[in-house]
Amino acid sequence: MRRRGLAIIGVVGALAACSPAPKPVNDAAPAGKAGSTLATVQKHGYVSCGASQANAGFSLPDDKGYWRGLDIDMCRAVAAAVLGDQDKARFVPLTGQQRLTALQTGEIDLLPRTTTWTMARDANGVNFTFPNYYDYTGFMVRAATGATKPADIKGASVCVQTGSITEVIFADVSWRQKLDLKPVIFDNVSATRQAFFSGRCDALITDASSLYSVRATQSKNPDDYVIFAANDEANPLTPAVRHGDDQWFDIVKWVFQAQITAEYLGITRDNVDEMLKSEDPAIRRLLGVEPGYGKALGLREDWAYQIIKQVGNYGEVYDRNVGKDSKLKIDRGLNRLQRDGGLMVPLPFS
Amino acid sequence: MVWWRDQKFRAIALQLLAASAFIGLILWLTGNTAANLAKRGLTVGFDFLGRAARFPISESILSYSPTDHFWWAYTVGLGNTLFITVIVALTATVLGLMLAILRREDNPLAQGAGTTYVEFFRNTPLVVQLLFWYALVTVGLPSIDAPLNPLPGVYLTERGLYLPAISLNGLDMPVRAKFNFEGGLNLSPEFVAMYLGLSLYAAAFIGEIIRGGLEAVSKGQTEAALALGLAPKQALNLVLIPQALRIIIPPMTSQYINILKNSTLALVVGYPDISFVTATTINQTGQALEGIFILMLVFFTISIVTSVAMNIYNSRVALKVR
Repeated sequence: MRRRGLAIIGVVGALAACSPAPKPVNDAAPAGKAGSTLATVQKHGYVSCGASQANAGFSLPDDKGYWRGLDIDMCRAVAAAVLGDQDKARFVPLTGQQRLTALQTGEIDLLPRTTTWTMARDANGVNFTFPNYYDYTGFMVRAATGATKPADIKGASVCVQTGSITEVIFADVSWRQKLDLKPVIFDNVSATRQAFFSGRCDALITDASSLYSVRATQSKNPDDYVIFAANDEANPLTPAVRHGDDQWFDIVKWVFQAQITAEYLGITRDNVDEMLKSEDPAIRRLLGVEPGYGKALGLREDWAYQIIKQVGNYGEVYDRNVGKDSKLKIDRGLNRLQRDGGLMVPLPFS
Repeated sequence: MVWWRDQKFRAIALQLLAASAFIGLILWLTGNTAANLAKRGLTVGFDFLGRAARFPISESILSYSPTDHFWWAYTVGLGNTLFITVIVALTATVLGLMLAILRREDNPLAQGAGTTYVEFFRNTPLVVQLLFWYALVTVGLPSIDAPLNPLPGVYLTERGLYLPAISLNGLDMPVRAKFNFEGGLNLSPEFVAMYLGLSLYAAAFIGEIIRGGLEAVSKGQTEAALALGLAPKQALNLVLIPQALRIIIPPMTSQYINILKNSTLALVVGYPDISFVTATTINQTGQALEGIFILMLVFFTISIVTSVAMNIYNSRVALKVR
C-alpha cells in the first residue's frame, strides 16, 4: 500500500516538474507578423505612438486636445510618410515603466517618448533609430544666487527624484567636485518640483529638457531661474521600434533622416513646392522627383515631400516645439546639424 | 476490504496528493519566474550587494557615502527605520498613557479633548496625515532667509530645525553659509513630519489600548485600594496599572509592530528608511526579487524579535496561577 502511495507521488511530481518547460524565447511581438508593422499600420489607417503623460515641448495635448511636441512631430512625420497624412497618428500616454513593454507587446508601433538609448534597453527587445534630441542632466537654481556652474552651488540643498539615472549623476557630481550637496529625495515628480519652488531646496536636478519645460510652464517668472549642465555627458533621447521588423526600422530611421537632410539642403515647409522644380540631384532624390527611393522603403515616392510639406524639416520642428519660437527657448546646442557644430549628421541620400 | 476503501490509506493519499500539488505549484512558479527572467536578460543573485551603490541618501544616523556598497546602503536604511521606530514607540507610549488618563477624568472638558483627539487621528488615513505634517512644516514655516530665531543658535525654517550641537570642543553653533546653515544639529522637515505624524497617529491607538486595560480592571480593586487608605495616585500606580498591564501588553505588541510597518510610508515624505533604499536599489539594479526578499526578511526578523521579547515580558507580568 505504501509503495502505491509513493508511486502516485512520483507520477504527480513528474507531471509537475514537466509543466514549467520554458517556452521558446521570442521577442518579436505579434507572432507570425514579422516584417508586417507597415502592413498593420496601412490596414488600421493610423500609426500608434507612445507619448509622455505631460512634457511640454516634447509631448502634450494643447487646450484643444491636439497633441504637440518634438516627439509628437516625429510620429506625425512617420504618419505623413507612410499614410500621406500627419493626422493619421494616435497617441498613447505611457509612464516610464510602461513604455518599453507597450512597444514590445505591439500596443504601439513607435516609441518616440524621450527614451534614452542605453545598451541594456537596446539589447532587450527594442531597436533604437537615430537620436532626435541630445539632452543632458542639468541644475535649475534661482537666478538671484548668481550661480552658473556646479562649483557655484557648494553646500546647497538639491531636490532629486528617485527612480532614474539622475540620482547617480547627482551623487557623482557632488562627490567628484567635493560640493557637499544635500539631497532631498522624493518618489514622485510633482513633489520634487513643488519642494523646489517652495524653497525647500536651492536647486532642482533632472534632464535639462524637463527643466526648461518646468521653468516655462510652472514658474511665475521664468527669468528668475537659470539652468546649467551638471556634467559634460550627452543623453541621447531616441525613438525606438521593436525587434524583428527590419523594414519598419528602416522607415523610421529614414523618416528622421529626411528631416535633417531637408534642413541641410534648405528645404522648408514654405519652399518645398518650389524645390520640386530644383535641378539639384540631391533635392530631386529626396523629394522623389527622381523615383526609386520611396519604393526601396516600401513607400510612395512622395513620402519625404509629404513629411516636409506637412511637418517641416528638423530645424523647423525644433524651433517651433522647444527652440526659439517656443516658450521653452532651448538653445540648439548639440542638436545643431553637424555642419553647424552639432551632432545631427545627415547620411548620404543615395 | 479493498485497498482504496481503506480510510487510513485515503487520508494519507489525499494528504500526499495535496502536498505534491502544492510542491508542483511552487516548482511551476519558480520555473516560470526563472524562464521569464532569462527571457528579459535578468540575472538572479545577491552579487549586486557587493557593488558600489552610487545613489545618495539624504540623511542617516549611520554614516554613508555614495561610494559605499549596496549592503551598507541597506544597513543605513535599516538604521533609519529602527531609529524612527524606537523614538516613535517611546513618544507614542507616553502620549498614549496621558491620553488614557485624560479620557478617564471626570472633567468633561478633559474627556472631550481626549475623545476628539482619538477620533480625529484614528479615523483619517496615515498617509494623509503625513502629507499634512510635511506640507505644514515646509510651507507653513518661514524661508531660510528669514528664519524664526527664538533662542540664540536655534533656527526654525522650512528646511527644518537647526540647533546647537554639543561636541568635544564645546557648543557647535549652526552658522549661515551661502545656501544653508552649516554645523550644529539639523532636524529635517522629512524627519519631523515622519516623527510627528507617526507618533500622533500611534498615540491614538495606544491611548485606547491603555484605557481599555485600565477599564477592564474591576472597579472593586480601586475602591478596595482607596478603602485601605492608599492615595488615588498610589492606587493607580500600585494597584490599577500592574493589573492593567497584563491586558495591555499583547495588543501593545501589535501596535509596536504596526509602527515599524507604518514607517515604510516614509516614502511619501522623502525620509530615507529601508523601504526607500530598497525601492532605489531595485530601480538602479533591476534586482526586484532580491530587493523585496531582503526587505521582507528584515521586517519579518524585527517583527519576530519584537514579538518574542514582548511575549517574554508578558509571561513575567502575567497572573501566575499555581
